[in-house]
Amino acid sequence: MYTQALNTKDTSDTSRPGDSARLAVFQATIDAEDKIEANDWMPEAYRRTLVRQISQHAHSEVIGMQPEGNWLTRAPSLRRKAALLAKIQDEAGHGLYLYAAAETLGVRREELYAQLLSGKAKYSSIFNYPTETWADIGVIGWLVDGAAIMNQIPLCRCSYGPYARAMIRVCKEESFHQRQGYEIMLTLCRGTAAQKAMAQDALNRWWWPALMMFGPSDTDSIHSADSVRWKIKRFSNDELRQRFIDATVPQGLHLGLTFPDPALRLDEASGHWQHGEIDWAEFKRVLAGGGPMNAQRLAHRRQTEDDGAWVREAALAFAEKRRQAKVTRVAAE
Amino acid sequence: MSRAEAQQAIALGDDALVLGHRLSQWSSRAPTLEEDIALSNLALDLIGQARLFYTLAGEMEGEGRSEDDFAYFRDASAFRNVILVELPNGDFAQTMMRQLLFAAFMHPYFAATAEHATHAGFRDIAAKAVKEMAYHVRHAGDWVIRLGDGTAASHRRTRAALDALWPATGELFEMDADETALAASGVVPDRATLHAPWQATLDRVLGEAGLARPDGDAHTLTGGRRGAHTAHLAPMLEDMQSLARAHPGATW
Repeated sequence: MYTQALNTKDTSDTSRPGDSARLAVFQATIDAEDKIEANDWMPEAYRRTLVRQISQHAHSEVIGMQPEGNWLTRAPSLRRKAALLAKIQDEAGHGLYLYAAAETLGVRREELYAQLLSGKAKYSSIFNYPTETWADIGVIGWLVDGAAIMNQIPLCRCSYGPYARAMIRVCKEESFHQRQGYEIMLTLCRGTAAQKAMAQDALNRWWWPALMMFGPSDTDSIHSADSVRWKIKRFSNDELRQRFIDATVPQGLHLGLTFPDPALRLDEASGHWQHGEIDWAEFKRVLAGGGPMNAQRLAHRRQTEDDGAWVREAALAFAEKRRQAKVTRVAAE
Repeated sequence: MSRAEAQQAIALGDDALVLGHRLSQWSSRAPTLEEDIALSNLALDLIGQARLFYTLAGEMEGEGRSEDDFAYFRDASAFRNVILVELPNGDFAQTMMRQLLFAAFMHPYFAATAEHATHAGFRDIAAKAVKEMAYHVRHAGDWVIRLGDGTAASHRRTRAALDALWPATGELFEMDADETALAASGVVPDRATLHAPWQATLDRVLGEAGLARPDGDAHTLTGGRRGAHTAHLAPMLEDMQSLARAHPGATW
């Protein structure tokens, strides 16, 4: 579903003699808007930055299956049940393409999983909030997938080819999810008083966490000039957040809902919606593991890994037996 | 006759919905991401079949019941699914074994329906479902083979799954008086004729998996078609129906 601007800067220097000429070629490729491919030379810091960002994104997709999964067995109609199951399945698929994109940079999926399960790797803070009602499924599609699209559209032009191509496919599916989420909200808002109240309550709870998906404010950001020079990041966190607010507020007003921000107002001169201050203490707390659902999300993932270990072992043992049998057969012929 | 036909469509819809729902409970819990996606595919096929059968049943009844009326506003005692599909998922071996036992029956069932059924409604759904069930047999069969011939632990689990589920397989072949009459007039297949292809699929898969077909009684877990379910179905339905029932008349 989504990548978050976590803005961690890679500071280690591993440059070697002769790198400066290769670096010049590398940068010229990027400046010409050509793609860097898996077998091309790249600075170590570029590789590590991408591995970190792509794997965080992959982990977010996989962890993001849980909050929606909470309503899968209770979806209120068969049509919604099938759509939600297909959406969660898409997220698993996004996780797969992204792990595959990260693997082109010389890491293995198992290592990345281990980093997630140990708590070393981060994932989007948004998934550490609980899904309390069915309306949360609508709001996640509308706001969370909507924010994801804002963040990810520029990544379709990211300098690293495998990531950019994965993002093109992911964005198409996210945009479908976003429309589906908005359609759930529309149905609730046109429904009974209880349904509309459910929709309003969900917006109240998810609005601020959705805005936090764009990462720290530019004034506090330890934003890396490298990511900009390498064309991994093309717009600042605040620019993307503003685009999201400008696109989303009219949609919410169309639904007849209110936003939980008394400072929200349209600035006629600039045409932008101005918003109140984000609670950055909450953002930092949730990112650091102190959100309402952090412990449960990781516990669920660890339990799944443990429960499935015997299956994966059996599959490997079976493949090895078949390989041996083939070797024996070929040798006998 | 149309009441009996509608009952038949409801029973087929219930089998598909209950098993599809059980499979959906695996979402985010599968042994690998690839398998999470595959299990969702199986679940989506079955939920899709359930919707078609319920819609058909509603048309046959002519009382205006929708697919969601059948799924959300009937209690366990009104469900007509076989016991096999309502049993809990258990471990991955049990889920895959159940899928194999069910799909190995439904594949020839739908093949026969698509080819011979005199009712276009059943025939059209079967024509779509037969392809899906072929995949279910292949996917579940591959896993049963892999697990049966994997490690000692996976073999033991797969054996245990087969032993646990076997007593529920006989019900797949049971037919009441209404269904027997429908089969006689060519609306639905005679289930007894599907025993040979079912057994052939099982023997092939179990043989490769290093498992023997159990010789125990296959009819001790039965009664679902009459609405006499195990204690597992009602809590599953309560969870599934809870939101829809909390807002009667609402549109979602």
